[in-house]
Amino acid sequence: MRRTLQLAAIGTAAGAFSGLFGVGGGTIIVPLLVFWLAFGEREATGTSMAAIVLIAAYAVVLQATYGNVEPADAALVGVPAIGGAIAGTALQQRLPERAISGLFAVLLVVIAVELIVP
Amino acid sequence: MNEVLTALLGFAGGMVGGLLGVGGGILFVPALAIFQDQPQVEAEAASLLAIIPVAAVAAWRQHGYGNIRLRDGLLVGALSLPGVAIGVVVANAVSQRALELAFAALALAIAARLAIRALRPSPAEPERSP
Repeated sequence: MRRTLQLAAIGTAAGAFSGLFGVGGGTIIVPLLVFWLAFGEREATGTSMAAIVLIAAYAVVLQATYGNVEPADAALVGVPAIGGAIAGTALQQRLPERAISGLFAVLLVVIAVELIVP
Repeated sequence: MNEVLTALLGFAGGMVGGLLGVGGGILFVPALAIFQDQPQVEAEAASLLAIIPVAAVAAWRQHGYGNIRLRDGLLVGALSLPGVAIGVVVANAVSQRALELAFAALALAIAARLAIRALRPSPAEPERSP
């Protein structure tokens, strides 16, 4: 029960941050799974991906009601990105888990700089 | 030429996403905004649509590698919907700049904890809450 509540809290936080900043929930989900539920890095990133499918789907439905979604643009980045995701997950299996934490820290610093610089 | 650069950034975004368990929007949005001249809102919307198949394929691959707790992931995703509503309400109540700075501070704090974790030798050690 406690675990379910923790997962619910992570989902709510991820949704709130994506509603606030337009960042995908992954930046919040991965560290919370690691630090709060003691997931290993690989498990945290894999599980985050399943959550992101639903979060992004909600957000697209919301955006579509405002008529903002352009499928041709999505395909332009999304089709090559599918190849990138297959390569990225394969590369991840060859890295030590702690290296994934280190790279994630770099990603968060980049996001922080983007937010601070107007 | 711009199409090629957009596609290259798309590939890179997917790679970062697959590697780190994020959607890849951090590269999709600038790719569309800069090289396709899309306004920010349209770029974010197209980025979100692109993220759905990318995250689905990455989740499928991670399932094959045995790195996914599907029930947990679907629970987190399903319960994000009330969070989105909370986020939108808060965004309208508080200054956007204050929110950005607060999130930047939070991101740096988490980055510091992750960096400390990355430098620890033993992956077998259980983590403790602060």
